[in-house]
Amino acid sequence: MSDPPGIIEELQGRFGAETVLVQTTRDAVPTVWIGADRVGEILRHLKQEISRPYGMLYDLTAIDERTRQNRPGQPDSDFTVVYQLLSFDRNEYVRIKVALRGDSPSIRTITDLWPSADWYECELWDMFGITVQGHPHLRRILMPPWWKGHPLRKDHPARATDMTPFTMPQEQYIDYEEQLEFRPADWGLQEHVDNADLMFLNFGPQHPSTHGVLRLVVQLDGEQIAHVVPDIGYHHRGAEKMGERQSWHTYIPYTDRVDYLGGVVNNLAYLLPVEKLAGIEVPDRAKVIRVMLCELYRIYSHLVFYGTFAQDLGALSPVFYMFTDRERLLEIIEAVCGARMHPNWFRIGGVAQDLPEGWDRLVKDFLQYMPARLREYDGLVMKNRLFQARTKGIGVSTIEEAIEWGVTGPNLRACGLEWDFRKKMPYSGYDQFEFDIPTGQHGDCYDRAAVRVEEMRQSLRIIQQCVDHMPPGPYKSPHPLTTPPLKERTMYDIETLIDHFLNVSWGPPIPPGEAFFGIEATKGNNGYYVISDGNTMSYRTRIRTPSFPHIQTVPRLARGLMISDLIAILGSLDFVMGDVDR
Amino acid sequence: MHSVGISLLIVFVVLACILGVASGLIWLERRLLALWQDRYGPNRVGPFGLLQVLADIIKILMKEDWIPPFADKPVFVIAPAITVITTLLSFSVIVFAPGITVVDLGIGVLLFLAMSSLGVYSLVLAGWSSDNKYSLLGGLRAAAQMLSYELFVGLSLMGVVMLAGSFRIADIVEAQRGLWFCGPQFVGFVIFFIAGLAETHRLPLDLPEADNELVAGYHSEYSGMKFGLFFLGEYIGITLISAMIATFFFGGWLGPVLPGLLWFIIKTFFFICLFIALRAALPRPRYDQLMSVSWKWILPLALLNLLVTGAILVSRTT
Repeated sequence: MSDPPGIIEELQGRFGAETVLVQTTRDAVPTVWIGADRVGEILRHLKQEISRPYGMLYDLTAIDERTRQNRPGQPDSDFTVVYQLLSFDRNEYVRIKVALRGDSPSIRTITDLWPSADWYECELWDMFGITVQGHPHLRRILMPPWWKGHPLRKDHPARATDMTPFTMPQEQYIDYEEQLEFRPADWGLQEHVDNADLMFLNFGPQHPSTHGVLRLVVQLDGEQIAHVVPDIGYHHRGAEKMGERQSWHTYIPYTDRVDYLGGVVNNLAYLLPVEKLAGIEVPDRAKVIRVMLCELYRIYSHLVFYGTFAQDLGALSPVFYMFTDRERLLEIIEAVCGARMHPNWFRIGGVAQDLPEGWDRLVKDFLQYMPARLREYDGLVMKNRLFQARTKGIGVSTIEEAIEWGVTGPNLRACGLEWDFRKKMPYSGYDQFEFDIPTGQHGDCYDRAAVRVEEMRQSLRIIQQCVDHMPPGPYKSPHPLTTPPLKERTMYDIETLIDHFLNVSWGPPIPPGEAFFGIEATKGNNGYYVISDGNTMSYRTRIRTPSFPHIQTVPRLARGLMISDLIAILGSLDFVMGDVDR
Repeated sequence: MHSVGISLLIVFVVLACILGVASGLIWLERRLLALWQDRYGPNRVGPFGLLQVLADIIKILMKEDWIPPFADKPVFVIAPAITVITTLLSFSVIVFAPGITVVDLGIGVLLFLAMSSLGVYSLVLAGWSSDNKYSLLGGLRAAAQMLSYELFVGLSLMGVVMLAGSFRIADIVEAQRGLWFCGPQFVGFVIFFIAGLAETHRLPLDLPEADNELVAGYHSEYSGMKFGLFFLGEYIGITLISAMIATFFFGGWLGPVLPGLLWFIIKTFFFICLFIALRAALPRPRYDQLMSVSWKWILPLALLNLLVTGAILVSRTT
């Protein structure tokens, strides 16, 4: 690790070196250990008292440390709670770790400091069984209410075959059904309100406009929304748990399915920290190929957003035009990756294959074709008076509110903050590209759409630069942990052959350590926090997704508006339920 | 005896034609939308997919006649019939060509207005009897939207009635021999068109259904032929409003060279296609926006139109 960053010294100066223990990590994110009793105080200091404060609760998660072998210099801990904060003034993260002991640990809530901690703390309880004291409404958030055990604990089985065979006797069935019955108090809602005649409306999980299996319980006064409570978890597939079961290499296809409209962008978010742990430097050609594919998928994802958003507002046709364009895009993606939605195409140390012959012609054709289409859609959608009447001034969020609630990506830029992780914390060579960061002014539904539309144009610019300046050279790193390695290296001598054999059959053993990287994914900041215990599998894979906090802001944005506005807000936030529930 | 026979013949021919046209419209709409949206639409069953409608009708008739146990059964059953009956009754006063009409009523316009007002009951009762919250919201929206736009249907037609000096539809068409009323009554035409869109609750003014918001609105709980009746009622409604626009503002059967009946069909068909084009082109406004436009803009405009038309007529006669 290089010279110690300023924030650690600031904290040690303020609270003393014995309170704030420093840990060095591979990702160079300032990481400190503090006592459980000081959490509220130190986080408040970081958020409110220091200069250039840490405004965003970027992530909150935990690690079950009980079976971990390699954690030299770290305090004794059974469960470690990890707070990760982001400062926009410093352009820097800070990671605060808290060691908890025992089998049923507990910690104080920080919801009084960050209201967005609500869901994260529920997840702590749900996944790790860490009790959060003082939390307003601690509940299972991803698992069903009757679930036994806490899935991300090491003693919880990862496969159904590790559990006793599944049975559902009649009485259990009835019990489950009863637990699913709607009781307003369970949702923090009042059944009767004075001077108002309110109605509960169950919205989803099967509803045309929830874009996946999202359920909202809406309390209505006529058609006006008094309260909305989102219910997530219907799309939970245990992606984080699977990270602890799959080898580093075979986990890549699972990442595709997290934000299932993001394709290779997920691969990149996962591979950057893994490569950091392994110490792999990716060759230039692979970097540019990665950037090009990511931008193609960004357009792909935004097109789906654009079309379905227009459709949510009742415009029938745009979605058909945009899916036609998406099909053109998929032709390129198919030619390159051989797959469409789930490409599984990036590899540790590079990409799966070199670009196919004639790829540049395909991409150039698309670059020729797309701008005219985007101009047409401006007239069809963005400039349409009815569309504007439905979206302008609806679901307004200020920059401060957005940061407070962990909003990133286009939704944050729509509020007016020019913040793009491709520019601010460049990765994979994004600093070599010329592009602008579109922003909005009002933070309403219209701006959220406008920002995405402009981003598609910027992505086209980036792709153009990729085509013009595609560097020659290998598409994979010569590093021994590159999986699978370049073929010629496997045939060099017996050592490389053994390397290849082991890395492919068992998976590459990644050196112990912790690394995190957050990238500008299609929906916002997607970050993987991976911990290796020196094994062929990850010890802990934390996926910080953008859609999770975005869904959490829905009640705030929708309060007092109409049902139709709720639809507009849901559409404009551009979430994917796979990304929310993981 | 002879005239009764002819009248009966006309009744059955009109009924058969309208039902045929309405189901044909389903095919037409799907094909036209597909054409405008760069896709194929139904093109597998029969030539150009024409028999798709037949296949759909067979399917919908074969479906289980399901009534939800929580529904108010008699009302639930009656509701879809109302929309079909009222729209079909309205056709009785339409003059397709000189002499080709079911009844030549002196108050033809009023019957049309009365029937379209009654049509609202279908939606409201369907929404209410389903005992489903989405249906209820759809029914409420239908009540508010259709009652307010009902007003403008009447008001926008009064200018035409003043110019023609009669409620009889044949007289109104004859009065357009020199100049179609879409000229002097352009404002009335635009208002009638918008109100007609709201009356038939078609996109962009399909708020009672609004599938993106209310799943299927007032008919969420309907299936089988009862749903089919709502569907049919909607398409008969489009045909009716298009026929009325042709009659009141575009000279009905009047036109050079071609026979009157053909002119009437061409004009009606044109407006049907316009209805479908609007559906392909526009998003849906919000419920309160729709209401505020209707009361703050369309109502004063309709009244002003009436006033100006009246003033001009009075100044001409004096």
